[in-house]
Amino acid sequence: MYSNLVIEHFTNPRNVGVIEDADGVGRVGNPVCGDMMEIFIKVEAGRIVDAKFRTFGCGAAIATSSIATEMVKGQTIEEVLRLTRKDVADALGGLPAHKMHCSNLAVDGLRAALHDYFSKHPELLPAGVRLEDLAPPPEDASTEEA
Amino acid sequence: MAIDLEKGVYLDHAATTPVDQRVVEAMLPFWTERYGNPSSIYRLGRDAAKALNSARERIAGILRADPSEIIFTSCGTESDNLAIRGAAFAQRARGKGNHIITSSVEHHAVGHTVEQLVKKFGFEATFLPVDHYGMVSPDEVARAIRPDTVLITIMYANNEVGTIQPIAEIGRIAKERGIPFHTDAVQAGGALSLDVNALNVDLLSLSAHKFYGPKGVGLLYARKGTPLWPMQTGGSQERNRRAGTENVAFAVGMATALELAYAELEQTNNRVRALRDRLIAGVLERIPDVELTGHPTQRLPNSASFVVKYVEGEAMLLSLDMKGIFASSGSACTSMSLSPSHVLTAMGFPPEIAHGSLRLTLGKGNTEEEIDYVLDVLPEIISRLRAMSPLYQPAA
Repeated sequence: MYSNLVIEHFTNPRNVGVIEDADGVGRVGNPVCGDMMEIFIKVEAGRIVDAKFRTFGCGAAIATSSIATEMVKGQTIEEVLRLTRKDVADALGGLPAHKMHCSNLAVDGLRAALHDYFSKHPELLPAGVRLEDLAPPPEDASTEEA
Repeated sequence: MAIDLEKGVYLDHAATTPVDQRVVEAMLPFWTERYGNPSSIYRLGRDAAKALNSARERIAGILRADPSEIIFTSCGTESDNLAIRGAAFAQRARGKGNHIITSSVEHHAVGHTVEQLVKKFGFEATFLPVDHYGMVSPDEVARAIRPDTVLITIMYANNEVGTIQPIAEIGRIAKERGIPFHTDAVQAGGALSLDVNALNVDLLSLSAHKFYGPKGVGLLYARKGTPLWPMQTGGSQERNRRAGTENVAFAVGMATALELAYAELEQTNNRVRALRDRLIAGVLERIPDVELTGHPTQRLPNSASFVVKYVEGEAMLLSLDMKGIFASSGSACTSMSLSPSHVLTAMGFPPEIAHGSLRLTLGKGNTEEEIDYVLDVLPEIISRLRAMSPLYQPAA
């Protein structure tokens, strides 16, 4: 059901924890679906210099949190904003179809963390990006397909 | 005795059981030597018919039923479908009405069958609530009965939480009102009494692979006179109640498995119950924020089920699997659906708690060493997942 890479990231997740003095914090998830995620970012000169997460969820939820925080470390904010759920799943060697939506929260979490960051520093918002576009999706967004 | 981690520690006997070697041996001749069709009139066919009828008689003996009341099917699900749809249609055709009473914690083989009768065939249904232990109240069954009630179907023991329902009492109420009563006894087979008269049931479903028989064979007990339309039509096998060439090997296997289970019932139950109690006590003692689900005493002897707060079920199962332990969960993430177990939901557990369900069901092959091994590794697994969980606030 899961790729070896998913199992590897589930077994040895990278970047678990909390950044106490984070520049941005994102909280996304859906208790009905059973996945909830908190993501913490440090931003310096337009780049993510650190990212950590805490996730309540299945193997896929934990593995996507782990790999996504790995992927964005060192990326510019523009690069992070281009990241898709599919990019995260592809980096793990794919996810089972029914896990693509509910358990693949990391991109939403990162955008929510950026929303938090730019709420505090609206002057740093890149040209062409609106703050409301980064707002976390409504909580029930992922149950629509159920 | 050391634990064989290559083989694994199998704690999912509610899902299925290994076939007993004695059952395998009893079945073997019926594929290559005694392979006749029981409907054929020559010696080879008569031999198969004899074996089939002997299997039927042996099973009837354990159920205290007449052999003619045993219908062989392909599985427990088919038995449930035949019982419910077969009785509902037959009753309605007789002008008895179109109302069905069931519970909110049934296996999907029952629940989805009743739902389909409601959505597609114009029946009405009452899904009775359960208490926090998953127990149906006989009083509520009595109150739900209407003049147009044609069938009551309540499971004997729950597959997720092990709670045993007061079947004999519900059956007595149904009998007084003259309403056919079906019980899905799939999870109870091989553990609890199947005396259909003591249980006051008219229809009872069983599946062989839950009691060390093969997968792919089940039975429906149908009391003489119970209205029942066949759901599979064709030849006149099974007294016109279930068409199709009988699977003689599997029928023999099921009869052998059932006989062995009931010959060894007390000894197996006592042994398994002791191991199960050790497991439950150990889990509750070693892991904080864990609750036993299901009834504390009125439960299957092999069933240990919990909700583990702040962690998700599938993550627990994956972690246990890596340690060679095979377990189960009612978590949505272990299925294709997004909602957690309907059983735990009906018992009043909120979704975020129900997602942390863990079911460990023991069998006759489990050992004390295996249970102690689980008790060694499970606390670490849960600590690790809780450390990752945003829901978990460790006590200061």
